Amino acid sequence: MQTSGRDPRGSLVRPYAVTRGRTEPRREIALEAVMLTTVRGLHEVQFTGRDKQLIARLCDGKPHSLAEIAAHLRQPLGVARVLAADMVSDGQLALHESKLDDSSDDRLDVLERVLSGLRRL
Amino acid sequence: MDSAGSDRAASADGSITSAKIVVAGGFGVGKTTLVGAVSEIVPLTTEAMMTTASIGVDDASNTPGKNTTTVAMDFGRITMADDLILYLFGTPGQTRFWFMWDELIRGALGATVLVDTRRITDSFSAIDFFENRKLPYLVAVNHFDNTPRYELNEIRDALTVPEHVPLMRCDARHRESVKGVLIAVVEHAIAELHRERAAAAPAVAHSG
Repeated sequence: MQTSGRDPRGSLVRPYAVTRGRTEPRREIALEAVMLTTVRGLHEVQFTGRDKQLIARLCDGKPHSLAEIAAHLRQPLGVARVLAADMVSDGQLALHESKLDDSSDDRLDVLERVLSGLRRL
Repeated sequence: MDSAGSDRAASADGSITSAKIVVAGGFGVGKTTLVGAVSEIVPLTTEAMMTTASIGVDDASNTPGKNTTTVAMDFGRITMADDLILYLFGTPGQTRFWFMWDELIRGALGATVLVDTRRITDSFSAIDFFENRKLPYLVAVNHFDNTPRYELNEIRDALTVPEHVPLMRCDARHRESVKGVLIAVVEHAIAELHRERAAAAPAVAHSG
């Protein structure tokens, strides 16, 4: 992938062109955190760019993780995170985060539910 | 017919829980195959970009496009209920991208290190990493055709894996085998959590 040789940012320029050079997301989003398009998101998305429209369509009625969003968009994680964080902050996507670092009660609950789920596979 | 009644109750507030298990191991050991054997989606790949400067690569030539590199991870998904999704993330092939490994394990339920007995040293750094970060993990020895079969205790010795870490055989191509590995990871994580709790509980009659 050859870029304009003189730009010191090198090949970072092209992917982050989508976010107009912003590399810092407005909030953190874990790789596996899932998002669903809100009613507001469905209405507003026609006024946004191609990538946000793709995200809104992807997450309409079916939760997708940040990793899936990046994969479907064919963008690096960092870019997908900036876009998704925008949409979450703007109320276009509902973010579901599972804080499993914390209370071991929550962690145990999830472990047990996942265990049941795996046994049913 | 709601056998998953307790699952529904957990989502009374409409929240969706997503969890992940990390699949580590050397390049070509079968991580993506393993994920693919149980994933409801064809394994996807996500990439993260990082600058080579942060891993100390000196590039005096200032060649365009040389400043960054991409780290790729394959992953899959298992939807267990309307409000419960399990993701399986394969680690990047390159073990030097530790920043990505940190992100991968953050909040993970546990991990499995997949081993190829022909390239056993490929597993060392993953095992060390999980030991250091105290993430519950187990070691799964992948089956490869036309490969000598070693006893599990021999493999354990070669890997210097502590006794409390489960070690099992698997065939990453086979759904039932992979299911067995994932169940073992979660059971081990539950056991570890109970051990932690027991250790933290105030001792009843502990003199001196």
